[in-house]
Amino acid sequence: MTTMPSNKPGASDLLPLWARYRHGHHWRTKDEEFDACKLGFWLFLTTEVLLFAGIFVAYAIFRAKFPEAWAEGSKSLDWKIGGFNTVVLLISSYTMALSIYCFQTDQIKRAQRLLLITFFCGLAFLVIKLGFEYMPKWTGYFMAFDPALSHYSANIDSSKAMLGGLLQFVEGYGGKAPGTWFNYAFAESKQVPLWWSVYYSGTAIHALHVVIGMAMIARAYVRSFKGHYGSGHYTYVEITGLYWHLVDLVWIFLFPLLYLIH
Amino acid sequence: MGSAAHNHDHGHGHGSYLTPKGGFMTTVFDWATTVDHKKIGVMYLFAILFMFFLGGLAAIAVRVELLEPVRVAADGVITGQLFAPADQKAVGPGNEIYNRLFTLHGAIMVFMVIVPSIPASLGNFFLPLMLGAKDVAFPRLNLLSWYIYVIGSIFAVSSIILGGVDTGWTFYTPYSTTTGNEFGRVIFMVMGAFILGFSSILTGLNFIVTVHKLRAPGMGWFDMPLFVWAVYSSAIIQVLATPVIGITLLLLTFERVFNVGIFDPKLGGDPVLFQHFFWFYSHPVVYVMILPGMGIISDVLSVHSQKKIFGYRAIAYSSLGIAAVSFIVWGHHMFTSMSEVAGVVFSGLTFLVAIPTAVKVFNWISTLYKGSIALTTPMLYGLIFLFLFSIGGLTGLPLGTLSTDLHLHDSYFVVAHFHYVMMGGTIMALLAGMHHWWPKMFGRMYNEFWAKVGAITVFVGFNLTFFTQFFLGTQGMPRRYASYIDEFQIYHQISTLGSLILFLGFVIHFFVFVASLASGRKAEQNPWGGLTMEWEAASPPTEHNFDHEPLCKHGPYDYDTTVPPGWDPKDYPIPAENLKAAKEAH
Ligand code: HEM
Ligand SMILES: [Cu+2]
Repeated sequence: MTTMPSNKPGASDLLPLWARYRHGHHWRTKDEEFDACKLGFWLFLTTEVLLFAGIFVAYAIFRAKFPEAWAEGSKSLDWKIGGFNTVVLLISSYTMALSIYCFQTDQIKRAQRLLLITFFCGLAFLVIKLGFEYMPKWTGYFMAFDPALSHYSANIDSSKAMLGGLLQFVEGYGGKAPGTWFNYAFAESKQVPLWWSVYYSGTAIHALHVVIGMAMIARAYVRSFKGHYGSGHYTYVEITGLYWHLVDLVWIFLFPLLYLIH
Repeated sequence: MGSAAHNHDHGHGHGSYLTPKGGFMTTVFDWATTVDHKKIGVMYLFAILFMFFLGGLAAIAVRVELLEPVRVAADGVITGQLFAPADQKAVGPGNEIYNRLFTLHGAIMVFMVIVPSIPASLGNFFLPLMLGAKDVAFPRLNLLSWYIYVIGSIFAVSSIILGGVDTGWTFYTPYSTTTGNEFGRVIFMVMGAFILGFSSILTGLNFIVTVHKLRAPGMGWFDMPLFVWAVYSSAIIQVLATPVIGITLLLLTFERVFNVGIFDPKLGGDPVLFQHFFWFYSHPVVYVMILPGMGIISDVLSVHSQKKIFGYRAIAYSSLGIAAVSFIVWGHHMFTSMSEVAGVVFSGLTFLVAIPTAVKVFNWISTLYKGSIALTTPMLYGLIFLFLFSIGGLTGLPLGTLSTDLHLHDSYFVVAHFHYVMMGGTIMALLAGMHHWWPKMFGRMYNEFWAKVGAITVFVGFNLTFFTQFFLGTQGMPRRYASYIDEFQIYHQISTLGSLILFLGFVIHFFVFVASLASGRKAEQNPWGGLTMEWEAASPPTEHNFDHEPLCKHGPYDYDTTVPPGWDPKDYPIPAENLKAAKEAH
């Protein structure tokens, strides 16, 4: 299965790049280098977990202090959107893992296709997050084809529609932003803006991680066409996969905490 | 730098790493893009020393301001205020300048000097050499973290150009989220610290993987030099604690920019949460600062007394022990912001830290006992460290005791305590290490006499500056004020005098090092008779460190049974009974 890299002049030109890969001069073997990269990346993932831990601790403390605000805040989130996004990310984690397997077994074409699917799952996640959640909550504008719009048909103010009707304005829906207590129109309990602070900080930092993960996937995709990855060398794809799983995992925690428990 | 040295002896592609690659621009480019851990270590060393100079200037300014208390006479004339706008009517604006000076001093010294100091400079240079490796695990990441360090420093320092920050290095909210709005000065400083955190994380991560994966054949965990153990332990803290300050500073920035209200009570948040987050990082990080210094001291004391380190395993494990305990004591910085029960628990846990610390001190002193002590500059600094660090550590105990801390909290006693541990500990250890390894790094000896003069000047200046502050603190002088009652003036004057002597000491060291680079005697491979692997490399090391992959054949401190690398066995007779005993032990 594995093609051994050849050092003979001439022969090497025919082999794909991954088979000609030479490990760094300070490593004894390629495997040692691979192991070290993985160990290093696991350590990096630890730092990511601790970074998010700050958000989770803030969530836990304020939830314990202000349970009503937390109940009220999470009621204004739609679990169906969050659930859909969870499924999107779970699928993407599966395609990512499968893609690595395909590189390991030299099914390059299939691996590339899977990378592409993963990338578009990430994109779908972002579009839903920003377009269907952030935008209406912050500004009051919904996408015209947003199913949630049907709940507010009575309040649509069509005189304020934008982009030829693509964005519909719902009166009195927007303004759910972090902000000062007393100019926040909706709050029954005055700490609800704090809930939005935690919600936006947590999900925005997570979304930034999705973007970084997508950039890594895009790089792997482009380089795969030059023959960088195959059974003998696939460190970068492996690491991208680890990162993507972490992005997924963080969401798996954010979703129930923010959307499901009241 | 060392470019004056060593244009010779690069016979067969094994030239010194300092040999210029070509003309001036080529050499600059070569250094700027190098992935060689030695060059990166040297670049870190110079960058850190430069920041140390900047932070030092701010400190001198603070001390000079404190020579006289700020006073307003009945006719409105202001006296004792040095740094103030010419036409000011009240003390406010001048005091604000004072506040910016000590903030600048603290932020530079903590985030840009002491945290990276030893690991990033000497650690980068010597960790791979001591392990017998050709480089750190991820050389390009290493270069990246140097650039991140420089960018973060530029961010932080540019906040001065924009007018300065007056929050103190601790950035306590809500003050830090409301002050200094013009030009986002506070954001610049806070983002600077955030960026520097990444540099710290990447260095730590790199070192952990290096220690795990790149030890020379035959080198088990307990064959590693204690400096490596110490840097490894502090790398663990760096990786685990720094992300928490990352998210804290990020949330603080969100708070200023987007009105996110996690810490600001006006927005519904909780300022005490900021303090918890901040100290959850900043207490462990004081051990990031001190552990590598402790590692240097273990090596220096053992080499310069040619005696096997006493209690190797105890020292190694106590490094890990300190790293572990350091994560559960952060509450001692905020006894007044928590319940009594929590205070008692944190106080008890704080005392735990003193145990592994004391284990080390006892082991170092036992190492010296009956050793053949050579009073070189590194050894002198080792002894200075023992003296000053012990004072610093012991004064931590009254601070960790609830009843006494009520009185001492936020007073000059705290200032004196942390200067004894950070400067008396870490900076003295850095100086010990710099002198100890200078011959290896640059291939030149320094002038022993003048270096010792410098060391003694530093020692005298340091104690004059900071011992007086213990008196100030116990008598109730709070920290961070430009004014004080007349009774305190004499202490402040002694302290300022001390700081100038201290400054003079560093100037002497500066000239000793410059003179060494310019015209120092050429260093031998192993001037002190060390047994760790860096002494098997040439002075300065060749580009790939070793001619052959080194094998670990003896313990790092087996002076009784091993001839040091590069020494003639005739000059280093090993008693036959030692060899016999060693054989029997196996
Ligand atoms: C022997 C172990 C130590 C103990 C028991 C100890 C205890 C304490 C306590 C209780 C405080 C808080 C005082 C207050 O604010 O009221 C404190 C402050 C401080 N300690 Fe230590 N300490 C120890 C070692 C160290 C070391 C090794 C370092 C650094 C290398 C260090 C650096 C600091 C700093 C920077 C502060 C002041 C932070 C600030 O408020 O700006 N300490 N220490
Ligand atoms: Cu502490």
